[in-house]
Amino acid sequence: MHQTTYHRASSVSEAVKLLNDADDGKYVAGGQTLIPTMKQRLAAPSDLVDLRHIADLKGIEVSGDKVKIGAAATHAEVAENAALAKACPALCHLATHIGDPHVRHMGTIGGSIANNDPAADYPAALLALAATVHTNKREISADDFFVDLFETALEDDEIITAVSFTVPEKAGYGKFPNPASRYALTGVFVARRADGVRAAVTGAGENGVFRAEAIEKALSSSFDASALDGVTIPADGLMTDIHASAEYRANLIAVMAKRAVQAANG
Amino acid sequence: MAEISMTVNGRKVTGTVEDRTLLVHFLRENQGLTGTHVGCDTSQCGACVVHLDGKAVKSCTMLAAQASGSQVLTIEGLAEGGELHPVQAAFKEHHGLQCGFCTPGMIMAAVDMIRRHPQGLDEKTVRAELEGNICRCTGYHNIVKAVLAASEAMSGKAKAA
Repeated sequence: MHQTTYHRASSVSEAVKLLNDADDGKYVAGGQTLIPTMKQRLAAPSDLVDLRHIADLKGIEVSGDKVKIGAAATHAEVAENAALAKACPALCHLATHIGDPHVRHMGTIGGSIANNDPAADYPAALLALAATVHTNKREISADDFFVDLFETALEDDEIITAVSFTVPEKAGYGKFPNPASRYALTGVFVARRADGVRAAVTGAGENGVFRAEAIEKALSSSFDASALDGVTIPADGLMTDIHASAEYRANLIAVMAKRAVQAANG
Repeated sequence: MAEISMTVNGRKVTGTVEDRTLLVHFLRENQGLTGTHVGCDTSQCGACVVHLDGKAVKSCTMLAAQASGSQVLTIEGLAEGGELHPVQAAFKEHHGLQCGFCTPGMIMAAVDMIRRHPQGLDEKTVRAELEGNICRCTGYHNIVKAVLAASEAMSGKAKAA
């Protein structure tokens, strides 16, 4: 790892100041992607500003049909939250299957979406749930937040403070994990609410997370796995890498979408 | 350089380290606690698992400075008064190790796992929970046996108490 200077922020405003004073600083939350990346010398920020101890970023609130999750909530906290398990069990299920237990004790929802790994789980959930990303400057819809591979609408010194969404009628997540990394080789999150069905795909798109319109259309007429029989996903724009071809991922999208709907229908 | 202080195995420790020092290197090189191992360079193997404020984490995937102010428990802090912790005893009894390199991480992961499942564990759960710990010798069978036996012994103890 290259040299860096560590700072611990106790408030959002202090974190912004520390970052702006740094030459080439980066925020770190759980660090479960950033620290390994620095170890590989693929990232070498001059300064690290630790957000993990900022009280305002913590906590999970479920109030009626509104859910708000603090950006520093760890995957383990999301997985184990009893109120969230009642409101949106699919999100707890998703968090339970990120990485491994040790990663889940450190990794945070804010860190995950800020990184926007094309195979991360949370981006699919947020896009399908039509979630809102709250920052220290504004509110950003999930539709606008996820821009491209490892790229979001965030400005350099902008800090995610929370994510919020309205509880869906039904939701489910189907994931085919890469057996080594546990990242999604392909994952599909489906959510049904009064104004329609949304289905978002992670792990497959060349430009990161995206909505699968063919799946949304089929599920809008009947929210049942059988509605997806015969639905085929084109391989255009999907990733080919050592793990799977674009054609294989296209097939996985339909299969994972079926599993997601089955899970949603419990 | 970063001035850090933390409680390691119940003992207050301080140190001056480069900001980039990983927690595992602080434990091994500054504190001489070489029971915590480094098995990979990619945060995948779990040999370096310690407990940070009561939760299992990879000590190779955080800076020592990030852990400053925390309570850290390593494999050296498990046994009390010369008596093995029930998980250590179960690994010995069930031959849950061959070369032993992954064992400190396995045991720290198992202690955390058992704490989070006070109602008990089944084989499927243990295997899923061990996803973050790689063993290249045993094929995991005896590790799983040891964790299940320790879970039973510890919950039995809890019930008796």
